[in-house]
Amino acid sequence: MSAPGRGRKAEWLVTMPSFAWLLVFFAAPSLIVLAFTFHGHTANGGVGEWSLSTWRELVDPDYPTIVWKTIRISFEVTVWSILLALPCAYAAARMTKRWRALVAGAIMLPFWTSFVVRVFAWKTMLHPDGWLQTCYHAWLHFKCWLYAWIPGVGVPAWAHGGTGDCLIGVAGCAIDAASTTMIDSELAVVLVSVYSFLPFAIMPMYTAAEKFDFSLLEAARDLGAKNFYAFRKIFIPGIWQGIVSAVLMVFIPAVGSYVIPQMLGGTECVLIGNKIFMRAIQNRNIPHASALAVLMAVSVLVPLAAAMWWKRRQTLRDRRRLEVRTAQLMTGGGEAQR
Amino acid sequence: MKDDFLVFDHVTKRFGALTAVDDVSLTIKRGEFFSLLGPSGCGKTTLLRMLGGFEKPDSGRIYLEGKDITDLPPNQRRVHTVFQNYALFPTMTIWDNIAFSLKLAKRPKDEVEEKVDAILDMIQMSEHAWKYPNQLSGGQKQRVAIARALVDRPQVLLLDEPLAALDLKLRQHMLIELDTIHDQVGITFMYVTHDQGEAMSLSDRIAVINRGNVEQLDVPAKIYEAPASRFVASFIGDTNFFSGTIASVEGDYCTIQTEGGFPAISAYNDRNLAVGQKVDLSVRPEKIRVTINPPPPEKGAGINVFPSKVQDIVYQGVYTRYWLKSSGLRVAALKPHSRFLLDQEPITWNDDVFVWWHPDDGYMVEVK
Repeated sequence: MSAPGRGRKAEWLVTMPSFAWLLVFFAAPSLIVLAFTFHGHTANGGVGEWSLSTWRELVDPDYPTIVWKTIRISFEVTVWSILLALPCAYAAARMTKRWRALVAGAIMLPFWTSFVVRVFAWKTMLHPDGWLQTCYHAWLHFKCWLYAWIPGVGVPAWAHGGTGDCLIGVAGCAIDAASTTMIDSELAVVLVSVYSFLPFAIMPMYTAAEKFDFSLLEAARDLGAKNFYAFRKIFIPGIWQGIVSAVLMVFIPAVGSYVIPQMLGGTECVLIGNKIFMRAIQNRNIPHASALAVLMAVSVLVPLAAAMWWKRRQTLRDRRRLEVRTAQLMTGGGEAQR
Repeated sequence: MKDDFLVFDHVTKRFGALTAVDDVSLTIKRGEFFSLLGPSGCGKTTLLRMLGGFEKPDSGRIYLEGKDITDLPPNQRRVHTVFQNYALFPTMTIWDNIAFSLKLAKRPKDEVEEKVDAILDMIQMSEHAWKYPNQLSGGQKQRVAIARALVDRPQVLLLDEPLAALDLKLRQHMLIELDTIHDQVGITFMYVTHDQGEAMSLSDRIAVINRGNVEQLDVPAKIYEAPASRFVASFIGDTNFFSGTIASVEGDYCTIQTEGGFPAISAYNDRNLAVGQKVDLSVRPEKIRVTINPPPPEKGAGINVFPSKVQDIVYQGVYTRYWLKSSGLRVAALKPHSRFLLDQEPITWNDDVFVWWHPDDGYMVEVK
């Protein structure tokens, strides 16, 4: 860059296309969706006059429950994805170059098949007559038996799939086969969501882990740390940025997902994505669907913004405390209070 | 032998077909500054890593204060390493980096603070306590890495080429600092380097390693003046080698007929060799004098004097290096600069000169 003016101009030119793209295909549609919520709807599925009627009609008592359920399930999916992806990313980053390429290929392989087809495949796998269901039932029976066998301990609801009747007595435990199928349940939605979003969790963490200096773990062990302690205290903070992006990469699509709950959730697991789909396509009420979308976005963005603000405040506070401590050290030697 | 402070007992380590460490036995004394010196890939770092617990020997044992530590994992030996790249934890402050081992050992908070503050003071880094490693310069990182490894007073401190990443000036400064720290803490230091200058200036004793074997283990002066092998003589400093056969023996001295047709060289026969034995003689360049005129007679009759021709002159500041041709052999000689030498006739390219040295300044390194 010879002159600063020219450099900035060149930079502007390079950024321009992506900026324009974002403006036309992201910012503008978002604003249009927001504007739609302040319109009524017409009988033939169009957008009506400016009015607050859409927001007034948004008082379905089910909505708070559905929003909460969407957030809860997205959270579960995120936690499981991160927990599964962390050892994957660690192991992949420690492999030799050739194995790394193979593993990265294997992680990306499912994307060669249509997402809907893969979810449909799960539908067959989770079928009540399928082997996964058989295994699941065997597991539930085992748990029931185990809990009945331990004297004085009742069978908690989660031990028999949640909804089935469980009788403890001489017969042990009976499981209602019809109400403990895997398909059309929250379990299926979480399971298949984790399956679908796992690559999005592994990739950012793997990228961060690849840059991580593994001799730091050796140094930690050298100074007396056990393997897991070194992993927890050195590796995880070391790839923290990767973990944060992995959380966002999983949580955000999980909140908006509707194919998985549609195909595997049945009536038990209807999420906000399904409601938006229903309002937009079946009821042909675009403003209502837009309002739901805005509601969902706000209920995710507000806590996120709050968390970021809190974190920033914490960092600033830490920095100030360290400055004070340094000043004390410089004047009072080692006597300063920590 | 197990009663000694630190013992490598017939230790061997192979990586596939390569034998990195080949049946090495070493004994290191308490409080010693001990160096492993050798070219890259000679096995010195493998020896260090086996002591740190990062590699397991294929055979042989390692004893520390009489205890067999061969199979202990790194976190169960009180042996800490200063890594070549420092390996400071980037997400922790300098203070937390140094406190790491003390906190792990669950020491009381007061003790942790006292010790960390004390060692920060010792390395003169108190004002940087709350910075992060990436805010420090190379030399500062180095000092923090040493402090982190020393703070809980390990039995042995391992240093793996700790100065390799620093520039020359800083390296010289850190050499003095390392020496001071060693004197202050009184902990055994085990220092790995390929730089003979570092090893010479710091060590109490040096083990010269080549291809997985200890070539020589001795104090620095002995390694330099009395190298045990041709390898040691050439690796530590520069030298001239003269290969030849013993032609005659007179008392403590002998004459060597060299293969290049060089006239008989007189040398001190400290190995009591007999006539006819083949030998390599090493003569350090700084022991050889170069003059236009032959040496004055009062220098003695028995010295080696050979007429030569100057081939090359390299001015190197502290001294000038001469490359000379003498009866088909190439000889290197060093001459320091001094006011006292100015009255001599200047020597220039293609001059006919004399090279001369005392028979005691040659050292027989290898007998074949």
